[in-house]
Amino acid sequence: MESYRKNQRVFWVLAGPGSFWLLFFFLVPLGMVWILSFGEKAVIDGKISITETEITWTLANYVRALADPVYLVIMWKSIWISALATMLCLIIAYPVAFVISFASPRWRPWLLLAVILPFWINLLIRTYALIAVFRIRGYVNFTLEWIYDTLWLDGLFGPFEPLELLYNDFAVVAGLVYVFMPFMVLPLYASIERLDRSMLEASLDLGASQVATFLRVTVPLTMPGIVSGLILVFIPCLGSFLTADLLGGTNATMIGNVIERQFKAANDWPFGAALSFLLMYVTFGALALRALLSRDAEARI
Amino acid sequence: MRVLRRWVDPLDYAGRIWMRAFFGVVFILLYAPVVLMMAFSFNDSKRNIVWRGFTTKYYEKAWNNDGLIEAFINSLTIAAINTIVATILGAMVALLLWRFRFPFKSAYEGFMALPIVIPEICMGVAMLAFFSRIGWPTGLPWPLNLSAITIAHIAFSFPFVAIVVRARMAGFNRELEEASRDLGASEWQTFRHVIFPYMRPGLVGGALLAFTLSLDDFVITFFTSGPETVTFPVKVYSMVRFSVTPEVNAASTVLVVITLIVAALMLRVQRPGQGGSP
Repeated sequence: MESYRKNQRVFWVLAGPGSFWLLFFFLVPLGMVWILSFGEKAVIDGKISITETEITWTLANYVRALADPVYLVIMWKSIWISALATMLCLIIAYPVAFVISFASPRWRPWLLLAVILPFWINLLIRTYALIAVFRIRGYVNFTLEWIYDTLWLDGLFGPFEPLELLYNDFAVVAGLVYVFMPFMVLPLYASIERLDRSMLEASLDLGASQVATFLRVTVPLTMPGIVSGLILVFIPCLGSFLTADLLGGTNATMIGNVIERQFKAANDWPFGAALSFLLMYVTFGALALRALLSRDAEARI
Repeated sequence: MRVLRRWVDPLDYAGRIWMRAFFGVVFILLYAPVVLMMAFSFNDSKRNIVWRGFTTKYYEKAWNNDGLIEAFINSLTIAAINTIVATILGAMVALLLWRFRFPFKSAYEGFMALPIVIPEICMGVAMLAFFSRIGWPTGLPWPLNLSAITIAHIAFSFPFVAIVVRARMAGFNRELEEASRDLGASEWQTFRHVIFPYMRPGLVGGALLAFTLSLDDFVITFFTSGPETVTFPVKVYSMVRFSVTPEVNAASTVLVVITLIVAALMLRVQRPGQGGSP
């Protein structure tokens, strides 16, 4: 690697366009939202304007976001829904990553591909596909009804009552798990694959059971992957808007939906800006935590 | 040998029946919703999820839906422009990071990763605020009216290209570059004849990634698009909000097939041993 001083012309030619683009079409817009978050709706002729905003450097938007029970409830709900979905992802993805890592080398890339491929498919389409699975006349209810009728339960308990699977917290959690699972499998696979198998052999040879080996050798050794996976899934879950919008309906609103509403229907941009920056701070906090924890975990190994 | 086969290797986790069964169930659950959606786009029934016979009429209907086709053309146009610009920008950043040492380099790398890590919705609202605040002209003739969306797409997709290209360049033998310079080649000649041929699979991989990222993006486009500039995912979204129809299934199936083709191409390019990643 050479110093940039040695060939400044090439350095600036390479650095220029990308930096320019990111500065003007990313950082400046974010800065505008940041400034906007300290604004309030302008008052013109004694009436609160719908479209105009004024930057007054007020903290009212942040106070409102963090003190108004309505939004506090939604924020807590977003956090626990995301946490629950993340934990479910971990529980499902760990065995999956395990099978892939321990499969024969010929099979491994194909199994990995099988899990990653859905990630390529449009997020909107995958979420939309779940509506047909969960709705009242959907595949789940259809299957359940078929089982119910085959077992002659309709004669005993009356006709089948379809389950309300859509437009509630369950649907949102299921949707998030479905959509973000690949994010969990990848880091887990990376760390399980690197796992020193002789450690597992040693543990088993020394008389530890499979469960004890798993809990006391495998899990601690793959902790960096677990931490990475947890945070890589938690961040997009928390910031998701589409899943709650399509599957949660009005009953299961997440912070992303509140932000969207402020910028579209409610037309309260300063408040939406404050919410989106709060979301961004949480994201950065999670990333910092990841850096800290993975360094810790690496150090312990 | 026959006796040995019955003995289960304690480390052969992938060989355990229940582990395989678990993997199988997860695999089916991952694919079933999309596969069912695709299959039922051919179902000759409007509401029912019972199979009523094969038909392609919903594809015809989608084809004759002018709004949908217009959105589809918009999406492809944006994706094409995005692919070209994002690949060039991403490749330049990748070369920069690969070749030079400079002050605050890790901060610069963090800056380049920002569009990847921040929540999509934050970027979406930022784009909305930006383009409305600076008074970006609206109502321009096609395809200039797509410029705002395209600019936003380039901003979030070129850092991904940079990552792919840089990963490819990590395997490059720097001595080749030095040899080329020692033999009197100029910067451009060295790039054109030594670096570029090696970089190409990374470029193609990055370009395909940029294409799918743009074609698939909903959230950021949702905030940058206006009533005149609807992309395919935004159009599908408005149709889904309205009702779940086989026509949407048909349109979605087309998009899934395109995505899968691009993913397959990308795999071919990136396959090790075929001039792919080292």
